[in-house]
Amino acid sequence: MTLLQLNEHGLYCRTGDFYIDPWGAVDRAIITHAHGDHARWGSRSYAGARDGERVLRTRLGATADITSLSWGETIIMNGVRVSLHPAGHILGSAQIRVEYRGEVWVVSGDYKTEIDPTCAPFEPLRCNVFITESTFGLPIYRWKSRQALFQEIIDWWRANRDAGRASVLFAYALGKAQRILAGLITADVGPIYTHGAVERLTRDYRDAGIALPPTTHATTMPRGHNFAGALILAPPSAGGTTWLRRFGEQSHAFASGWMQIRGTRRSRALDRGFALSDHADWPSLLETVRETGAEQVWVTHGYREQLVRFLEGNGISAQAVASRWEGELEGDVAIADEELAA
Amino acid sequence: MKRFVRLFTEIDNTTRTNAKVDAMVDYFKEADPADAAWAVHFLSGDRPKRLIAVRKLVDWATAETGVPPWLFEECYDAVGDLAETIALLLPQTPAASDTPLHVWIEKRLLPLAKQSEDQQRAAMLQAWRELDGMERFVWNKLITGAFRIGVSQQLVMRALAKALDVEEGIIAHRLSGSWQPTAAAFRALSAPDSSDADISRPYPFFLAYALEEELDSLGDAAAWSAEWKWDGIRAQVLRRDGATYIWSRGEELVTERFPEVAGAADFLPDGTVLDGELMPWRDGRPLPFSQLQRRIGRKSLGATLLADVPVVLIAYDLLEADGRDVRNETFAWRRKRLAELLGQARSAALMLSPALDIRSWDDVRAAYLRARDMGAEGLMLKRHDSSYGVGRRKGEWWKWKLQPFSVDAVMLYAQPGHGRRASLHTDYTFGVWDNGTLVPFAKAYTGLTDTEIRELDAWIRRNTMEKFGPVRHVRPEHVFELGFEGIQGSARHKSGVAVRFPRILRWRTDKKPEEADTIEALRALMEPA
Repeated sequence: MTLLQLNEHGLYCRTGDFYIDPWGAVDRAIITHAHGDHARWGSRSYAGARDGERVLRTRLGATADITSLSWGETIIMNGVRVSLHPAGHILGSAQIRVEYRGEVWVVSGDYKTEIDPTCAPFEPLRCNVFITESTFGLPIYRWKSRQALFQEIIDWWRANRDAGRASVLFAYALGKAQRILAGLITADVGPIYTHGAVERLTRDYRDAGIALPPTTHATTMPRGHNFAGALILAPPSAGGTTWLRRFGEQSHAFASGWMQIRGTRRSRALDRGFALSDHADWPSLLETVRETGAEQVWVTHGYREQLVRFLEGNGISAQAVASRWEGELEGDVAIADEELAA
Repeated sequence: MKRFVRLFTEIDNTTRTNAKVDAMVDYFKEADPADAAWAVHFLSGDRPKRLIAVRKLVDWATAETGVPPWLFEECYDAVGDLAETIALLLPQTPAASDTPLHVWIEKRLLPLAKQSEDQQRAAMLQAWRELDGMERFVWNKLITGAFRIGVSQQLVMRALAKALDVEEGIIAHRLSGSWQPTAAAFRALSAPDSSDADISRPYPFFLAYALEEELDSLGDAAAWSAEWKWDGIRAQVLRRDGATYIWSRGEELVTERFPEVAGAADFLPDGTVLDGELMPWRDGRPLPFSQLQRRIGRKSLGATLLADVPVVLIAYDLLEADGRDVRNETFAWRRKRLAELLGQARSAALMLSPALDIRSWDDVRAAYLRARDMGAEGLMLKRHDSSYGVGRRKGEWWKWKLQPFSVDAVMLYAQPGHGRRASLHTDYTFGVWDNGTLVPFAKAYTGLTDTEIRELDAWIRRNTMEKFGPVRHVRPEHVFELGFEGIQGSARHKSGVAVRFPRILRWRTDKKPEEADTIEALRALMEPA
């Protein structure tokens, strides 16, 4: 029997009697981060990183029993030592380190190794078994530098402003939207308006002490307000809805790792796509696997078969494990908008 | 190359047609004519013959990127475009050189055709190392095929006309025939002397009004000539100064797209202009208009397509004879002369539109009822003494069209198209109302623009209620006007009716689903069994 195993509720530690990111309601859940495909509603108790407490509560409700842990703080459950370490994905996103009788497992959750001012930086951990995500587990996914990407966003906004258009930027409401805001803080871009979903979570970030430029909830503006020249941050699900009408002449862009592929952007009839992702790209996935020194790699979420085959081909023992809540790939990205915070 | 890649990016970065045209206008104004000439060439959809087999490109790229072949295939599957896959996989290098586009084409690309495989391989690797991400993509596109960035030859011509301040018709003429992408040829596009354009210039088309009143109000039937009205492409065929030009009514020079008609017209005497209808025609009968569409918008015509969809000109008027403008002669005179000319030309690709034998308005009414069986879309009535006018004038020419079958229906299901790039939903199922529920009755594929297809695809993905394999059941929200050729009762269909050749006429964004038609309305169109 392995220290962690997959059962019908998800990833389970039998000795410690807890789940990591369970797929449904269980007794004890340890949560990597607050995205909907990882933090499911209804468990009796939760543990998560202190940094992410507010957003996790927004997701799980005021009455959820949540224990917050500091980075590196260890709790012991029936001899199993559990600690949380930054994953760099969004505010409060954690890798979960599980140790029992000298054997160490690390569950990455979603992660990126790039610097992000809205969350603690990813920390590589040595372990025997590493369970990694693989959302962008193909070598076509190599991110441009974030400086270059933010410059593209700023240039796009400026060209729209000069043409008297509003710039509607679609971005996942939790994490991506705030990372974009933080990246624009010194750029003199604005005014910035938000969709309600973005505004609520942005408030959580501010409450947690993350510095973000001022934003205004777009719906609070009087009817007929002129949005020309503004930047509007909205979740992808707002695309194609009547909510957008108020902004008048507008250009649409989407910030997501999926925008790396031209066809994905074109099939959504977007003007621009910015491949700004909160997930590890191909080189970082490989680098991270190497840094963990793991003898065994489990791969979940995304292009897992491909990453497994590649690792095996390079002498690293790997296997694919199912994940219940993954979004469909590529073409179907729109369906999974809210679940797949890519 | 960098300036051209910027143009490509600007065009690719917008879904607005005007923005695409503006980007091209700026480019044509700024670019070196030697580069601009090639830009015109490629943006118009021309491309060199395939220079390198796809298999070889894949092999070289795989080796250069160090990615195992199976993983390359996985990447290709995810991206769906070879040029893009290779550009995404190649190692990033800072691009140093900015070699002009025409040098890339003339010194690097075209010579590939005569090189050995080893030389080709070395040349491709060298190019990849010299170019950066987007430049590599554009370069690979030049090697592998068309751009597909929502730019047509028409838009290129519009941009050229604006940039060079020359009439679009003159640009169209100057680009026609064997235009070669050279600096001199590009400069010649803006030449002030436009006498060259006159030779190829068609007459304005004379148009008929739709018949609204009773036939008897037109007076004596004996004063009128009747012909079938064909559903093809209205065109003028010009033979002047030893050259042939075919102009569509959209003022587009389409000579090269109809080689059989152009070839036949070469036997007409100089100074002849015919007016008629380009029709897909086989075994003495017209083919459906959808067949003709296969020949439109395609730059290279394969032998198979030419054999499958032969096109003829059904000539019904003569505008110029022996170099003289004869538009003020009577229709009777022009038709007689037209018949003589076509008799001399003796080609199956130039047909005289048959005059119907009518002696009374009852004969005309009887002919009208036979039109659908003839594959015609109605009748044309022209006074024997009418001249060929300008624009649209009431009284001398009338068109009497069959009521086409059309119905407003709601989209119910969608599924992806076929082929490597099967990422868009392009096959749709439509329904009409039957006692408060929508029953599916027709599937249709064609008829929407690329932009509409993409917009609809994005909407479909967001508004799927259920999935059955590749088929998505979508929210009944969008109304489309469907046209079809016939309708019959059918026990096999849930709706109880089967329609022939359904196609999308337009997207009725102005209609709500509750305004769509009912099954009763469809049944009312049914042909008597």
